[in-house]
Amino acid sequence: MSHPRPDPARREALATLARADADRLKACWEAFEPKPVHRVVKGPETGLVMVRGRTGGGGAPFNVGEATATRCVVRLATGEVGFGHVLGRDGERARFVALFDALGQSEHRDRVTREVLVPLAAERAAAAHRKARETAATRVDFFTMARGDD
Amino acid sequence: MYVAVKGGEAAIRNAHRLLAKERRGDPDVPALTVAQIAGQLSLAVDRVMAEGSLYDVELAALAVRQARGDLIEAIFLLRAYRTTLPRLGASEPVDTGKMVINRRISATFKDLPGGQVLGPTFDYTHRLIEPELQEPGEVATAEPVGESPRVTDVLGHQGLVEADGEGEGEPGDLTREPLDFPAGRDLRLQALARGDEGFLLALAYSTQRGYGGTHPFVGEIRTGDVEVELFVPELGFAVTLGAITLTECQMVNQFKGSATVPPQFTRGYGLVFGRIERKAMSMALVDRALRAEELGEEKKAPAQDEEFVLAHADNVQATGFVEHLKLPHYVDFQAELAMIRDMRALQERERRRAAERSEAAE
Amino acid sequence: MDAAVLEGGFADAARDSQSTFRAILSALSEPGTVHPVTAVAAPPAPLGPAAGAILLTLLDQETPVWLAPAFGAPVREWTTFQTGAPVTEDRAAARFAVLDTPDLAGFDRGSDAYPDRSATLILTADGATPFALAGPGVDGRRAAALPLPAAFAETWAENRALFPRGLDLLIVGGEGVIGLPRTTELLCTSR
Repeated sequence: MSHPRPDPARREALATLARADADRLKACWEAFEPKPVHRVVKGPETGLVMVRGRTGGGGAPFNVGEATATRCVVRLATGEVGFGHVLGRDGERARFVALFDALGQSEHRDRVTREVLVPLAAERAAAAHRKARETAATRVDFFTMARGDD
Repeated sequence: MYVAVKGGEAAIRNAHRLLAKERRGDPDVPALTVAQIAGQLSLAVDRVMAEGSLYDVELAALAVRQARGDLIEAIFLLRAYRTTLPRLGASEPVDTGKMVINRRISATFKDLPGGQVLGPTFDYTHRLIEPELQEPGEVATAEPVGESPRVTDVLGHQGLVEADGEGEGEPGDLTREPLDFPAGRDLRLQALARGDEGFLLALAYSTQRGYGGTHPFVGEIRTGDVEVELFVPELGFAVTLGAITLTECQMVNQFKGSATVPPQFTRGYGLVFGRIERKAMSMALVDRALRAEELGEEKKAPAQDEEFVLAHADNVQATGFVEHLKLPHYVDFQAELAMIRDMRALQERERRRAAERSEAAE
Repeated sequence: MDAAVLEGGFADAARDSQSTFRAILSALSEPGTVHPVTAVAAPPAPLGPAAGAILLTLLDQETPVWLAPAFGAPVREWTTFQTGAPVTEDRAAARFAVLDTPDLAGFDRGSDAYPDRSATLILTADGATPFALAGPGVDGRRAAALPLPAAFAETWAENRALFPRGLDLLIVGGEGVIGLPRTTELLCTSR
């Protein structure tokens, strides 16, 4: 099957949506009016993704263990197709991601960016910064003691 | 040989009801919620995810509750659950160099780019039981300092430490193909990542006590969140699914060199689900011990014996085989009983015959 | 993305794949008898609905599938999108194959250690050559009209001789699915 050309903006948008927690995603969807006419064409289905690491951190790949993941594909009445892939077993979350992905390909693209992606990314950045500041407070400077000369 | 038994339905049903009652404990005490277990017994949940080889906090917390805190039973539940789900694919290899750090220490290098952060560690606590746990209160904050590259990447550039190695092949998967020996390092690491923490800890300890010593130093331990990405053919790129917590340990070990390669430190590697530092360290020690043959070392200790280590590391397999002994073995035992009676009768006959002979001789 | 690729999957994945799996199981346990596939799948032409339902039931991420050249890009994309199975051009790598002619060459016959790992072939064809079947799942002999050339009896005898290795065949027509497991003896009764 021929692969479509990678779309960096879409990739970033999907990452922002997948990182958002279920309640925030749901709130975004509930606030988005009017709701597009759409159909779920596949899923939501829950399965396993084998998480891979690399030997030594950067060497040959190996299988660390599996994680649950859920995916969903939707199609808007206007023809745009959206894909949702998230960790965990929450089908609704996967569906919201797919819906916003589809809307992001539609004429509503700018609204999705403004009303969904930008706020979600900002909230996430703020939360990450808070956590990073807490971790940074445990930064340690060990120093070696000089031994006595006697 | 296996012989079926039947019966006991009513007793089994009643035993399960009794189990449910005892699991619940005193009904006047509030029942545990999954959120409480996931939030307050998070290291038990991490262990169940790591050894259950399935990352799902909610499922692991449910399993801990159902198993009354018996973690091997909870791991068993998680392993059973995963068999009901289809495989959607394999992730892109996670990049631990881009980990959002929650703890990062080195016992070998004082001054690391990005610094050392202790994070929420038990280290340096006094190990005194606190009847009333301290309320967390306000947590201190500070300005984060930039990127934290892996120590081995920093040192690797100077050629003092063995490189990560190459290879982009499809790694072996012991959940799909039965483990066979000799196993590649990919399969060894997978088996260790899901192996029993206690077993790996004991093996790692044995290497320190001289059974296959490797003279280890902790190059780096890091815990934090990494993003998991899955390639989606319809989109033509790897999508981010979300983040998981991992602990990585880079163990730096005794030297190895040859006529052509100058001496350099060798390495052992540990990577596990969750915040399980003890296991990541044990894994790295055992990984290094299992490389004995590759590095031209004499193989004489249990931790260096691949078949011994890998065939006994899985606690679900181990508990299955050990615990099956309590199930009815009536027919097997009857056969042995009959045999031992025959042996005794034979011995008795011979004894009597010998006595008669000696009486006749007198 | 083409709408036809996205449509035509099972409406109720659990029940539809269960009923189709049951039909396949029955077909393989009673070789030569026709078992209707009732679940509704709508793959792109020229793949028929029953063959589509069988693919939706048996294929997943981990089962590479080989598709005869007659099945063009729409069928290929539909198969991958709906089942996750990678389409392979290498017959030997295929766990499943969809054929429009009974050409068994090159498919994996399994190994003595793992005879279960052989390929399962799905032949979509219509026609009625009289054959007689014998072997496990057949009481004595069973007459069956199959969409296979008379000479196929020899091809199948070679496959049967490999037991426990060998290919299993599902023949899919308008009426449903007929199973021809590797254990079945096939005799042509028309010559």
